[in-house]
Amino acid sequence: MSGAPDDRLSAILAAIPYAGYLGMGATLAGDEMTALLPFSPRLVGNTMIPALHGGILGAFMELTALLQLSIREPLRRQPRTIDITIEYLRPGRAVATFARADVRKVGRRIANVHVEAWQEARSIPVAALRGHFMLSLP
Amino acid sequence: MNAPSPSDLAGLAHRMASETPQAAALGLRTVSVEPGIAVMKVAWRADLVGDPATGVLAGGVITTLLDHVSGMAVASGHFGGCATLDLRIDYMRPAEPGRDVLGRAHCYKQTATIAFVRAAAYESDPDDPIATAQAAFVINPAPATAVA
Repeated sequence: MSGAPDDRLSAILAAIPYAGYLGMGATLAGDEMTALLPFSPRLVGNTMIPALHGGILGAFMELTALLQLSIREPLRRQPRTIDITIEYLRPGRAVATFARADVRKVGRRIANVHVEAWQEARSIPVAALRGHFMLSLP
Repeated sequence: MNAPSPSDLAGLAHRMASETPQAAALGLRTVSVEPGIAVMKVAWRADLVGDPATGVLAGGVITTLLDHVSGMAVASGHFGGCATLDLRIDYMRPAEPGRDVLGRAHCYKQTATIAFVRAAAYESDPDDPIATAQAAFVINPAPATAVA
């Protein structure tokens, strides 16, 4: 990948079919990426509230971590998820969701990443994810 | 609480697959359900791929399958609502491209307020998992008219 970081980010996102399935987007401000998951009725897991499916919040945060690693490091391949822990803090309402990833450590082969997702206010997170990812450095 | 009847379980199997928008959109199917144990399946689809270089299903598909089937294992035991507190997933290996993935969940302990679940995703052999999961759910009190 080459070119401006924003173009690289768009190219990486466009190459992931499942990101398209989710309808996910992302923007860069400097090196800080914010991922966006617009609300869609197909993403609902609980029709009574209604609330986003917990798996969708997990999927969105895992992709946010993978994207953040991909724009940060020149990788030969997409990082592979080793393990993730998802904490559900509040129901994900029928509105847009945002997420940011914090790369806590990048070793020779393994990265540790924390992600937080929110809706109306960043100080009121709806879910969090911690994960380890295997890197394929060039 | 009485044991759920076969028609209770059949109703649950239908609701979890067809009446949950994301389960229907993902094409989740109920394979089997008994009190505390549920098996669901997701078919491989090109639009669910996470890495175009390999054709492997996205981790998020496995996450949604395992979360959903775990919730079903909890619901099959008490028939009230439940919400995921936390979910840990360990990836043993990538899913094989082009193959259906099964998710099997066992609610091995349930208190009045919390249910504990173990689950695994695999193509055909539960002893050769793609991923294993451990989850905790908070149980919503069952309404007075529910199975009691």
